[in-house]
Amino acid sequence: MAAATRDKFDRPIVAVTGIGVVTSLGVGKSDNWTKLSGGVSGIKRISRFPTEGLRTNIAGAVNEVYRQDMSPAELSERVALLAGEEAIAEAQIGGKGRFPGPLYLAPPPLEIEWADRIAMTEMAAANADTTYPDLMRVARDYAARHGAFRFAIIGEHLAEHFGTEGSPISLNTACASGASAIQLGVEAIRRGDCQVALAIGADASLTPESLVRFSLLSALSTQNDPPERASKPFSKNRDGFVLAEGAAALVLEDLDHARARGARVLGILEGVGEKSDSFHRTRSSPDGKPIVATIRNALADAGVAPEEIDYINAHGTSTPENDKMEHLGVSTVFGEAIRGIPISSNKSMIGHTLTAAGAVEAVFTLLTLQHQRVPPTINHAVPDPAIPLDVVPNAARDAKLHRAMSNSFGFGGQNVCLVMALEPA
Amino acid sequence: MSGRREVWITGVGLITCLGEGLEANWSHLQRGGPPLYDDKSFAPYIVHPLPPVNFDRQIPKKSDQRQMELWQRIGVYTAGLALNDAGIAGKPELLDGTDMIVAAAGGERDIPADTGILTGMRKVAERGPFLNERLMSDLRPTLFLAQLPNLLAGNIAIVHGVVGSSRTFLGEEAAGVDAVRIAQARIAAGQSELTLVGGAYHATRWDVLLVFEQSGAALTGAFAPVWDRGPHGGFAPGNMGAFLVLESREHAQGRGARAHARLLPVVSDRNKRQPGEIEATLRRQWESIAPHVDRAHAGIISGAAGLQPTTAAERTALKDFGLPVRNTGTYIGHGLEVQFPANLAIACAALEHGRMFAPAGTGDSGASPSRMSQVVVTSVGNWRGEGLGLVERVT
Repeated sequence: MAAATRDKFDRPIVAVTGIGVVTSLGVGKSDNWTKLSGGVSGIKRISRFPTEGLRTNIAGAVNEVYRQDMSPAELSERVALLAGEEAIAEAQIGGKGRFPGPLYLAPPPLEIEWADRIAMTEMAAANADTTYPDLMRVARDYAARHGAFRFAIIGEHLAEHFGTEGSPISLNTACASGASAIQLGVEAIRRGDCQVALAIGADASLTPESLVRFSLLSALSTQNDPPERASKPFSKNRDGFVLAEGAAALVLEDLDHARARGARVLGILEGVGEKSDSFHRTRSSPDGKPIVATIRNALADAGVAPEEIDYINAHGTSTPENDKMEHLGVSTVFGEAIRGIPISSNKSMIGHTLTAAGAVEAVFTLLTLQHQRVPPTINHAVPDPAIPLDVVPNAARDAKLHRAMSNSFGFGGQNVCLVMALEPA
Repeated sequence: MSGRREVWITGVGLITCLGEGLEANWSHLQRGGPPLYDDKSFAPYIVHPLPPVNFDRQIPKKSDQRQMELWQRIGVYTAGLALNDAGIAGKPELLDGTDMIVAAAGGERDIPADTGILTGMRKVAERGPFLNERLMSDLRPTLFLAQLPNLLAGNIAIVHGVVGSSRTFLGEEAAGVDAVRIAQARIAAGQSELTLVGGAYHATRWDVLLVFEQSGAALTGAFAPVWDRGPHGGFAPGNMGAFLVLESREHAQGRGARAHARLLPVVSDRNKRQPGEIEATLRRQWESIAPHVDRAHAGIISGAAGLQPTTAAERTALKDFGLPVRNTGTYIGHGLEVQFPANLAIACAALEHGRMFAPAGTGDSGASPSRMSQVVVTSVGNWRGEGLGLVERVT
């Protein structure tokens, strides 16, 4: 038997052998990649609920998957399942309902929804003001008809459906969650706890309240017309992100395990870096140090130098704050060389898929390496002179790419950076 | 393979209705006597209150306190207790590399805003626009930050400067077990030297009770010990915060830190909860840790919450383990994500005293071992997830 293949730090090498994705652009890699590399936007006017009275009435919704009256939990589970099935089918691993490794899931935070509260209020038929004790009175009857609320329901259902091993982990690191799910899988394989892991990020929680919450923090774009032009990362006239839905799944596998079973290796997860920011609940430290440390930690974990990065998949939310800080971060790490590295934001087309974003964009980064073609940052009509980056404006570009980085930054000082590469010869 | 390096618990922070700190909790559990519960404020539901806490002692800035809801204040406060206890509070050279795994639920609702909207909703024809308009005017921007599950970790980073890394696990009891499991495994494998792990639970609120009334899990009626709550049972949500500082032995010894206990690899799993499955999972988990257990000097701290059939199934399984059993839920209530870290904290107190505390209810069995040096901590989730942890005295 051949000696185990190890990375520079004598750890098992983590390969990606299957990927799946669902966004507002469509279901599956093929549809998504065609549109993403074609510069097509998935942002549309919201049709799922009335938007009168809201400042923002656009989103990147997964309309192709949504069915009438699906709750955010149901829809998030559905897109996670579709992405997971695509990834597992590609990896050709395990048997039906028998995935040979653990599940690391980044779901949206769940709670009882307004639709439920309103329905319980009607059941309670209180005379005067509605109170929580009124809801309590009917809660069990309501649950008997509609199912009880469960915090961990998505992970439980996915674990059951895919037959993953052990206790499924649901995690949240805000807008870095999808990347953290991948990181947990990478760490588990490196520890030798498992040889295969399924990492999924899923978020389909477009509701009036989710829009309002981000609106009240002035995080969303209000340039509603036309919807497809609203998300314009790194542009001078950017004014916020566009809330979006999506899911992505990656089958992570010890490279030796993948090779032994003759699996096709889509890429290598070479390194993961993280660093928390203690500056503010929603803003980055103005000196950019946590972002810089995150990127440097990822490069160090991968054992590569900045000049070995050929492409950066930006967090690029299109908020004034993020894009400025991301520019500061990458230009600090890469120095003058950053002017020669393409850095583009998928969010210009799919919006911000929140807890799914880190996984969705990792999948897109792998597709970028696979196709040797960099997807564009669309809507780049008014460049920001303070951000002199090669954002691959408006049109995709062929390029020779071996290694790429994907950034994820979130509220609460969450920062994660992934380094991915094509399989070594 | 986890377990290559020893993992020590070098810091503990604990708040339950019994008080703040290990000694306050230990002395009440040891003394026995009437549990502290509140069956009036949320009648007919029974909850365990929060003891008086001077948040200023760990969260000096009022501006920080204003940005948090109570679950976050409890958590940031308790995390501060653990960091102090470990001797790393206020030491940026250590905190800069300290990792963090927090187990959390969703955040808190604004009850008056919710009920105001629901009341108004009944009088309008166009509900969608009404909901939008009222949400825009009634929701406080800062409330969102209290609703994001990862903002307990975020606030700990801001207030205490723990900035190595930050991850938040979701999903009731299993999230607490897996948070400790992953934290232990990372240190054992050399992926971390120092990790703060734990969580906080604000139980005395209607939005929490609504969730558990839906699933029929919330205790109503007369209070009884967790083992003795009748055929349906129920748990009494408890306000609590629990954090542990886990550290590699090498790192702890290098800085002269003292160990409360050694934490062995934690085991966790799930099943579909068909009859007999809880018992089977616990037995399988027990078999995996039993070779490390010194039966003459070991006891079990059960996380049983009082809900059925889970509590009865756990009781059946524990009988086969043949160790003395004590539960904490009768006294501290049930803190979901926080229960497992809280019980590990109490296990540290028991190890320091070398014995078990007083029994409470018919499922607590066996005399305390003399010179107790090991404690097995159990977790059986109210809906899903089973886990075991083993802590032992460092000699």
